[in-house]
Amino acid sequence: MKKVLIPLSVVPILLLLAYGFWTDPRFVPSPLIEKPAPLFALSLFDGEPLSLDGLRGKVVVVNFWASWCFPACYEEAPVLEGAWRTYKDRDVVVVGVNVQDTEKAAREFMERFQFTFPNGPDPGGKISIDYGVYGIPETFVLDKEGRIAHKHVGAVTADVLSAQIEGLLRRAPVADDNRQEHERGA
Amino acid sequence: MGRRGRELDCNGSIRTHRGSRLILALVVLSMVVVLPLGASSTEEQVRQLAAELRCPVCQGLSVADSPSKMANQMKDLIRERLEAGESPEAVKAYFVERYGEWILLAPKKEGFNLLVWVFPFLGLAGGAVVLFVVIRRWQKRPQAAPASVDSAYLEKVRREMAQDQS
Repeated sequence: MKKVLIPLSVVPILLLLAYGFWTDPRFVPSPLIEKPAPLFALSLFDGEPLSLDGLRGKVVVVNFWASWCFPACYEEAPVLEGAWRTYKDRDVVVVGVNVQDTEKAAREFMERFQFTFPNGPDPGGKISIDYGVYGIPETFVLDKEGRIAHKHVGAVTADVLSAQIEGLLRRAPVADDNRQEHERGA
Repeated sequence: MGRRGRELDCNGSIRTHRGSRLILALVVLSMVVVLPLGASSTEEQVRQLAAELRCPVCQGLSVADSPSKMANQMKDLIRERLEAGESPEAVKAYFVERYGEWILLAPKKEGFNLLVWVFPFLGLAGGAVVLFVVIRRWQKRPQAAPASVDSAYLEKVRREMAQDQS
């Protein structure tokens, strides 16, 4: 009896612990994957307005960053600018959303990395919350129909970004039947 | 000896039974009384909702308890949505839709999650059963016969102890 009981009670606990320690507590699966991306409008640092709705038909990379997010945001900044320069003529847009930052620090950051892609602040954090952002940096890759195809938490690498973009560019355009769904997400 | 032990055991179990009933009654009472009492002002609703939501940038803190900027922005958003006429349930559903159930500090009481709510009580009941069985077994075990001691030797020990004390 005892020979069976002890393993019977210990083994499930060990399995549970093993599972718990192997999974990354910082990883939170996003419920937004494959769902229409929440729409947003930015007033960019260069004064222009930008609306996500206006970018339909393009692959959009939405990156949430802050100047205080060191080192991850500093590591990925050249990657984002590089992707923008490589793909901007192929219907790809990189959009930077600056969160919980001061305008001065944000501008210095953009200057330091010579950002040329559109960037704007997220006053009140509404866009970040809409995208379920829980740690900065986070990067969302949206397909041409405006669905969130991929979410990357932490500094995004050139490999991940180009693989995602190339994959979405190759994907055959789907009939625009989720247009209404997309607008409901606004 | 065995008889007395059983009586004691019996009293003890009755007492704990009463105790658990009292606790259960208190828990149910607090649920019944506290839940409808809150939800009066918007600010109270904001605080209640914020207490149920996990602060995304913290470790195991609720939005209500966190002084972080993110938590404050979430509180502002909750207030804004409530003032716009949304029900607290709708606001909560919005956060779940964006962050997943992860954002709720207490998992929903449904499906697989019910295990979390049921397991502690199952564990308590299981422990009680094990205790009961073990105690029964102890009682049934035949008492060891007193070791036979040479009466002269015993007398000698008693005498020496009496000498020590004086």
